[in-house]
Amino acid sequence: MREKILTFIEKNSRIDLKELAIVLGVDEASVVNELQKMEEEHIICGYHTLIDWDKAGIEKVTALIEVRVTPQRGMGFDKVAERIYNYPEVNSVYLISGGFDFMVTIEGKTLREVSQFVSDKLSPLDSVLSTKTNFILKKYKDHGTVMAEQAKDERIEM
Amino acid sequence: MRNPLSKTITTIQPSGIRKFFDIVHEMKDAISLGVGEPDFDTPWHIRDEGIYSLEKGRTFYTSNAGLKELKIEIDKYLKRRFGVSYDYNNEIMVTVGGSEAIDIAMRAMLDPGDEVLIPQPSYVSYLPCCVLANGTPVIIELKAENQFRLTPEELEAAITPKTKLLVLPFPNNPTGAIMEKEDLEKIAEVVKKYDLFVLSDEIYSELTYTGDNHVTIASLPGMKERTILINGFSKSYAMTGWRLGYACGPEVIIKQMLKIHQFAIMCAPTTSQYAAVEALRNGDEDVAKMREEYNGRRRYLMHRFQEMGLSCFEPFGAFYVFPCIKEFGMTSEEFATKLLNSQKVAVVPGTAFGDCGEGYLRISYAYSLEDLKKALDRMEIFIQELREEKN
Repeated sequence: MREKILTFIEKNSRIDLKELAIVLGVDEASVVNELQKMEEEHIICGYHTLIDWDKAGIEKVTALIEVRVTPQRGMGFDKVAERIYNYPEVNSVYLISGGFDFMVTIEGKTLREVSQFVSDKLSPLDSVLSTKTNFILKKYKDHGTVMAEQAKDERIEM
Repeated sequence: MRNPLSKTITTIQPSGIRKFFDIVHEMKDAISLGVGEPDFDTPWHIRDEGIYSLEKGRTFYTSNAGLKELKIEIDKYLKRRFGVSYDYNNEIMVTVGGSEAIDIAMRAMLDPGDEVLIPQPSYVSYLPCCVLANGTPVIIELKAENQFRLTPEELEAAITPKTKLLVLPFPNNPTGAIMEKEDLEKIAEVVKKYDLFVLSDEIYSELTYTGDNHVTIASLPGMKERTILINGFSKSYAMTGWRLGYACGPEVIIKQMLKIHQFAIMCAPTTSQYAAVEALRNGDEDVAKMREEYNGRRRYLMHRFQEMGLSCFEPFGAFYVFPCIKEFGMTSEEFATKLLNSQKVAVVPGTAFGDCGEGYLRISYAYSLEDLKKALDRMEIFIQELREEKN
């Protein structure tokens, strides 16, 4: 049941729980109970909102920054990651395989703000060897959702 | 000028579903629960394969019976899902949707005067196809108390010495009824006893919600040689516009169907056939996901009807529910018209699927949960008003 609940609310976390229970064919109390448990177990880590900031007319700049670092003795990458993710400007930090070590996403109001963060805060960190900043120009799809307007229902009754 | 038309065609009524919905599309904020096709897009990997076939310049006819790879995949699929196997060389043909298969099967099998048993409520094309093939349609009226399943008693009562073919439309459009193995076994006994053939339209075979797989009558002992199994890609893989289906059956029948197909159609669309190969090879998971989604909506609708106190048998197939509105003392058409005018919700009157659909509505759940919710909220208001008027 957990997987079914999670699959559902990953796409729509605002669904009415009574409705969710009906759709899954279980009683409401057990859905509420499972959700609560999964929140406590930190399986559900938050309920966020997917926003098209462009459409809202509010300027935002997002950058994907490839970071190469030297892992620290005894702590591996975790300690370095912590140094990076503690900055509130940082949206996400992933340890990844391939040509560099971390993929860091940063959100700021302007290009300048983001570049400043990279040059003033990120690059000077002791273990950071190099950074490469990629600015996002347009978001086509985010969290499995296509940002473009949905096509109209053109089906015909026959 | 002479009458340019054949007598036969002028006796046939156009489909009863359409007339209603031209109004709906003109109406602002109307919600339709009338369509009979999935709301999902064809899964991307299947579309991609169609595009790739075009890029490769595969734009020629295929052989009349269809691409060999596709026929092989159809056989594998039927074996994997329903436990029946066909010789891809002689017993499988690819058609332009299940609809073409229904048409040419009847034309290949019927002589004037042959009687065809058509259980109703059911899809609108069996009767006209039978008439166009010079057959005589004989309607069997299915009943809500049997969950709209066909019983052996009903079948036996309709058989005459002229009966040749039984149409078996399950999972059913519009009722959502299914036939389980025990039901089919009893039907098979009668079919064999009276030496009949079966046209089994299994286009909704992937959409059953009992937890068990759909059972095809062709898989029962002694039935494969008496059954034309019709299936296709429209409902299971959300591929309605690709127009692709297939028929499987005894070589003697398929061979003759192929002649009609050869002269009237040539071959099913090539692009669609390549896409369908991909669907059968790598599409099982897509189907399972869509089924799960439909099932959730089905539960939701049943729950809402229960809350409204609207009587409705629980359907376990296709994507339709068939609630009963007899308590309001109106015909299906009156009810549907009033519902549309007062609450702007469009449903199909049960009578579009045969006279015995009177007193019922077909509601499709090939719509998002949000749309269903909105429509059902409106329907609830409508029903409350009707009940208040009555008291």
